[in-house]
Formats: sequence, C-alpha cells, structure tokens
Amino acid sequence: MLEINNLTKKFGAVEVLKGITFSLNKGEIVAVIGSSGSGKSTLLRCINFLEKADSGEIIVDGEIIYKTGDVIGNDAEMREKRLHFGLVFQAFNLFPQLSILKNITLALDVADKARCKKKQISKVELSIASEKNKQQGMKILEEVGLTEKIDAYPFQLSGGQQQRVAIARALALSPDILCFDEPTSALDPELTGEVLRVIKGLKSPDNTMIIVTHEMEFAKNVADKIIFMSEGIIEEIGTPKEIFENPQSEKTKNFLKQYFNKH
Amino acid sequence: MEQFFDVTIILLQGFWTNILIFALTLLISIPLGLVVTFGSMSKFKPLAYLSKILVWIVRGTPLMLQIFIIYYIPGFLGIPASSQLTSVIIAFAVNYAFYFSEIYRGGIEGVPKGQYEAGMVLGMTKPQIFKNIILLQVAKKIVPSMSNEVITLVKDTSLASVIGLTEIIKSSTQLMSSPGILYPLFYSGIFFLVFNGIVTLGLNKIEKKFSYYN
Repeated sequence: MLEINNLTKKFGAVEVLKGITFSLNKGEIVAVIGSSGSGKSTLLRCINFLEKADSGEIIVDGEIIYKTGDVIGNDAEMREKRLHFGLVFQAFNLFPQLSILKNITLALDVADKARCKKKQISKVELSIASEKNKQQGMKILEEVGLTEKIDAYPFQLSGGQQQRVAIARALALSPDILCFDEPTSALDPELTGEVLRVIKGLKSPDNTMIIVTHEMEFAKNVADKIIFMSEGIIEEIGTPKEIFENPQSEKTKNFLKQYFNKH
Repeated sequence: MEQFFDVTIILLQGFWTNILIFALTLLISIPLGLVVTFGSMSKFKPLAYLSKILVWIVRGTPLMLQIFIIYYIPGFLGIPASSQLTSVIIAFAVNYAFYFSEIYRGGIEGVPKGQYEAGMVLGMTKPQIFKNIILLQVAKKIVPSMSNEVITLVKDTSLASVIGLTEIIKSSTQLMSSPGILYPLFYSGIFFLVFNGIVTLGLNKIEKKFSYYN
C-alpha cells in the first residue's frame, strides 16, 4: 500500500530526516514514537507534502507520487497526490468561522463547485453533490459520536470534541492513508481517552494509519507495527511486542525506560 | 428663520460632496488595498519591494500634498488635467488603499499557519483556501482598525477644499465672509458628528456580525 524509500529532509544545515525507509500494508496501523526533535512530525509533513522532501521516494499502491528531484507540480496534480493522505494535526486546526458540519464538507463542496465552474458537472448535479456531501458529513459525525454538534462552532466544543471533528474532516475525503500528528498532545489528560477511542475504532482492514504519538500504552494496544525514531533515522522497527518487551537498540531501551519511569 | 433654512441647504449641498468622496473612496480603496497587499506579500521580490516603497511614500507624505500633485502636475506635463472631484477621489482612493493594505497584511499574517495547512491537506488550492478559509477570518480581525480609518476618512474629506472644491467646510467659511455669520462653522461640525454617528452604528453592526464565533 505505502512504501517510503530513503526519504531525506534538511532544514538549512540540520538533517532532520536522514533516510527513512519503511512500508505499510493495507489495514495496518503503524505508530511512530521517539523523543521530540527525532523527525517524527517532519516525516508526516513530508508524506503529506506540507514539506518537500529533499530526496527519496513515496509510493502509494505502486504509483510513485514523489521521487528525488520532483518539483511541486501544479495545483491539480498536487491535489491528486495529497488526497492519498489525510492528516490530523496536533492543534486540530478547525476552521473557526464554520459550523462543525461545514468544517467537514467544505473541501468536498469547494471541489464540486470548482468542477461546476469548469462545466464538468451541471448546476443540478452540483446541488445533488452538495446534498450528498452533507449526508456523508453527518454520517461521519455519527461515527465519531458528535451528531448533536453539527450546527455548533468549534469554539463551543471541548478539545477532545474538536479533535474528533478534525478526524471526521480528514475521513470525509476517504484518504488511502490517514496520518495523525500527536493527536492528543494538545489535550488535557482527561480528554485524551475519547480521541484515542475514536482512533482505535477506525481500525479495520480498510483503514491504513500512521500515528505519531507519545501515548505508549495506546501504541502498544492499537498498532501493528512500531517505529522508533531517533535523530532522523529509524532506530528500530518491529511489532509492539518486539519493541516494548524486547527492544534491541540501546537508544530504544533508554527512551522506553525514561518514558515508563515518568508515567 | 429663513436664513437658517438657506444655510442648511447650502451646507447640505456642500456635505453632499463630502459624502460622495467618502463613498467613492471606500468603494475603490477597499478592493484596491487588497491588490496592494498581494503585491507587498508577493514571493516575487521586486514586486514586494516596489509595493513596500510605494506604501512608504504614500503613507509618509501628507494627503494634502498628494491632492495637489494629482490635480496640478498633469497640466504641467501636457496631460489633460482631471476635474477637481476626480483628482480628489484618485488621491483619496490611492492614499486609503495603501493604508488599508497594511491593515490587510497584518490581518492575513495574523491567521495561523495551521489554517492554510489544514486547507492544503484537504486538497484545496491556494486561491480556494484564501477565499473559503482565510478571508472571513481576516475580515473579523481587521474590523476595529478599519473602523478607525473609515471614521478618519469622513473627516478627511474636507481636505478637498484645498483645490477649490466646494465641500461643507468651504461652504461654511464662505458664509462666514458673506453674509458674515459664524454659526455655520459649528453647524457643519454637527453634520460630521451626525454622519459619523451613523457610520459608527453601521460599523458596530458589522463587528457584531462577526461575533458569532471566536
């Protein structure tokens, strides 16, 4: 489903990613762990084209969507590539001026409107599409348990609810691979549970996910694969059992020891 | 009493010019300011520098001087001069557009980067993100500073008299010399107070419109 080959990224003189290689099968969940500054978030941002990797390859379903030397193409190409992925941000980044439902349907509506403008669909088809988007939005909100909030605005929701909306918003575009960038790090401890439950509930043979997280218990319970990153490389990769119960690298051992001492 | 009625008519006629300058200036400078903003925020450096230099010149020199230059210079260069009203409106519209552009720029830069990124990962193009996500957030942010400028504009319109345009203050000074009455000066002040009162109510309404979210 997803192959990342030798991905590198520098910010100025700092090498943030020093050649990341891993692959992911459909329906698999990989949790990326590691201390701050290890390059976890940058990896996700490169995969989602928020940063342009310096070299390497990103392959989705056999299609090369990024390779060394690629320049960021025009908007339409970029859109195609981006839509293979969804990204849930640490800070939710909901659109404050839009209702919850509209937050979820905006991207779909905008794309349909653009199609109508280009005469690819008629006005009638546009209104059918917009109704369909609404139905789909409501269905997804039901999945994350927020049906009663469709008309509310983001500021009226708790952090946990906002993050559930953000997850729904990403799901609405049916990405092949859904990425989470520390989805619970901005939340009060008592609110992390509801978000983690929603993510766990997404586990299915169809949903492929990459989750950057500091929640080790969660990673252990939900992920099929754990990647431990340190200083821009994958220090160790394996099943949760391998990584948590029998880590091989000294760095992994230290990281886990420190983590479990604190928690 | 009859005199008071006549004075009112004369001042109203003068004030009509002020209102016209006010309305046309806003109509032109609000969109024109956005164009200047895009220029000064452009990734094409020469354009960004040019815009910034223009912002510096237009904001750094008196509006009165700008009115004189636009009205008198074309004639010296052999270009047909514009009418007084046209010259004043060009000067005002350009001047206010550059002020507005800086307010817009502040507003746009104040929208968190995450809003753009959220739009991008949802597959939206940059113009779509700007129109559907950013613009309204900017509008909300800039209403208070825009309100200040708009109220200043109402009062600035009296500068039109410097090239001989008959606006309300010129009318009242003319009344002062003949028939030699003073109260039109205070009376014209009341015109400004009332008009600015109405403008303020309108601006408050706009501000309230944006208060449905935080």
